[in-house]
Amino acid sequence: MSKPRVASTSLAGCFGCHMSLLDIDDRILQLIELVDFDRSPIDDIKHISQRCAIGLIEGGCCNEENVHVLHEFRKNCDILISFGDCATMGGIPAMRNNIPLEECINEAYRDGPTVYNPQGITPQDPEIPLLLDKVYPAHEVVKIDYFLPGCPPSADTLWAALTALLTNQPVELPYELLKYD
Amino acid sequence: MSTMTSKIEQICARYDHDRARLMDIVREVQEAFDHVPREAFGLIAEHAGTHRVEVESVVSFYSFLSDKKQGDVVIRLCDDIIDRFQGGDEVGETLCKALNINFDETTADGNITLEKTACIGMSDQAPAMMVNDTVITNLTPEKIPAIIEQLKANPDPQTLITEVGDGNNADPLVQAMVKNNICEAGPVILSDYRKDAGLRKTLTMTPEEVIEDVKTSGLRGRGGAGFLTGLKWALTRSSPGTDKYVLCNADEGEPGTFKDRVLLTERADLVLEGMTIAAYAIGAETGIIYLRAEYAYLRAFLEDKMNQRRAANLLGNNILGKEGFNFDVRIQMGAGAYVCGEETSLISSCEGTRGDPTDRTPFPVVKGYMVSPTAVNNVESYCCAARIADMGPGWFSSIGTGKSTGTKLLSVCGDCARPGIYEVPFGTRLSDILERAGADDVACVCVGGPSGQMVGPAQFGLGISYEELSTGGSMMVFSNQRDILEVTEAFMEFFVDESCGYCVPCRVGNVLLKNRLERVRKGEGSQGDLDYLQRLGESVKYTSRCGLGQTSPNPVLSTLKNFRPVYNALVKDNGSGMNKSFNIMKAVEEASAIAGRRSEIFHA
Repeated sequence: MSKPRVASTSLAGCFGCHMSLLDIDDRILQLIELVDFDRSPIDDIKHISQRCAIGLIEGGCCNEENVHVLHEFRKNCDILISFGDCATMGGIPAMRNNIPLEECINEAYRDGPTVYNPQGITPQDPEIPLLLDKVYPAHEVVKIDYFLPGCPPSADTLWAALTALLTNQPVELPYELLKYD
Repeated sequence: MSTMTSKIEQICARYDHDRARLMDIVREVQEAFDHVPREAFGLIAEHAGTHRVEVESVVSFYSFLSDKKQGDVVIRLCDDIIDRFQGGDEVGETLCKALNINFDETTADGNITLEKTACIGMSDQAPAMMVNDTVITNLTPEKIPAIIEQLKANPDPQTLITEVGDGNNADPLVQAMVKNNICEAGPVILSDYRKDAGLRKTLTMTPEEVIEDVKTSGLRGRGGAGFLTGLKWALTRSSPGTDKYVLCNADEGEPGTFKDRVLLTERADLVLEGMTIAAYAIGAETGIIYLRAEYAYLRAFLEDKMNQRRAANLLGNNILGKEGFNFDVRIQMGAGAYVCGEETSLISSCEGTRGDPTDRTPFPVVKGYMVSPTAVNNVESYCCAARIADMGPGWFSSIGTGKSTGTKLLSVCGDCARPGIYEVPFGTRLSDILERAGADDVACVCVGGPSGQMVGPAQFGLGISYEELSTGGSMMVFSNQRDILEVTEAFMEFFVDESCGYCVPCRVGNVLLKNRLERVRKGEGSQGDLDYLQRLGESVKYTSRCGLGQTSPNPVLSTLKNFRPVYNALVKDNGSGMNKSFNIMKAVEEASAIAGRRSEIFHA
């Protein structure tokens, strides 16, 4: 029987959650025994190739491409996990949610103190995805099955959650893996 | 400016420059200048021995106070769901048209201000509005133009009263068009009683015996929480402190309730008698009636009652010849804040600050008003206490059920033929009350107001009691024509407005509950949203600081429990896992306009 497939992506995140995933260290060898990786920044596969058991979502949605990727994950994964605070709550990127979008763009590309843009151009190349009016946590866009909080969730948290799901055990994380202080 | 200075000095002097009377001071300043000018904040602070920020926080907290200039005439339309269902929105539109302004605006000539306000306690004669302190009931859009014409000609709202109501509403000091609508008088409060007989008997007993009698009677607080009145009095009596206080909670803000309005109109003496008995039992010399601003039209009448009692030696020093028993009462006016019905908020307000609830412990019985032992009881509880003193605890406890003794006043309103006050023994079935009120075709009854619960036909067989259906008195009836979730959303809107903002679960949680409910009502929700409402509702209930937040999720939680099919019909899942509430086209609209191009990924 083929191994279950796992896909992962980083949307409006910093890849820190993926770094945390790598922090499982040599357990990654055990993980590879359990699963095959599909689309993921780890193997650089660009699109999900076949049905996956689990999709790991880092980051919320700040632009249309994030939404597009998230849709692809929802359509092709049995279980979606928001991992990390950005996916769960919007996190740092969502700090812009109280500032009008135009003001954000002006500050970043036109008026900021370190910006050199004498013609006052705003980026509008079709290759650049349009920003959303605000940053949305993943579950505002699609149904999310599990949430792993943390900035980032620790390697142990990820390991415990993934192995539980892959071995059909209930995901019951001890308090130590969910407290952050 | 100098006239303002002298006026403010004058007002503050009248209250002995006492910071604890800040509520009265700013109310008078508002009356004098049609608002509390920001320039006056510092001045008031200086002359009342407090800080500018205290003045500002009081003015900004209460909805009847304003730092913006208002008209001589302020119209406050009651915006409660009962009023809306009886045509309140149309009345509102007509008002806007007749005045040519929107809500929260003042006419160009600066004479008339139009506002909306939460339930003003007239749900049995809705829609209603307040014109300054005058209440106008049974409004229709047709009546509005004439009312406005009249107000333009003569800004005295009393001239709008052409016909006064029954009973003491016709008293020269009241002169209100309000009707009592007493539909059923029960044995305890609304039947004839022997005036002050309870007080006379009390004075022949020791305070301990009085408390023992109240305990034996099984009397529980009538405001809704149902704490044992005798125990409360005993604790207040035994708490250390030389000054003790008796407070009467007449801040009847729970939407749909109006029983205290009727009690203060028709049983003012009984209320004062009960307070005096409490003072004797506890050892208090000072009492305060916290009267909600909406009932300001009863103030002069109540003051007069108090004067009559002083003249008859029923208040004052050595009451009825009882050496050393001194007790007097003052009225503290509220200024439009629902949360002040919560006892610790009520105390804060009496002390001249924002109506913020305070932490317990210590409980008010230990450290309440002025950090002294304080018994806060509902208007109706004092009436019961006075009757127990006269008729005996055995008589009282023989009425009602084992754990809920006596009678309960119910304010029945909404979709029924006979809205009004029903005094029924505890244990009376909801279905009986609905039948007597002429309510057929009932889909839902909100028992106990928004902070109570919304029940459906399956619960109509339950009795009104602390064990089954507990209520402070509000009973709103909704027919099958009504959208139950519209009611629920209106209630959540009410709590969002009325949260004092102190604690996060209540300040933020209620907004989130309301937003998610809106999503579900729009048909954009999923089953997950219902789970979210349940979870968040429980969190708000469990983690809020005072009774407001601990009960504010009840409309959502009780409808999720009792009207689940209504919700389920709205959240039919298509199984795609895509949230219907997220609209990508709308989300990229702004960026698309800025970039001057359409979305390359998502385009229609």
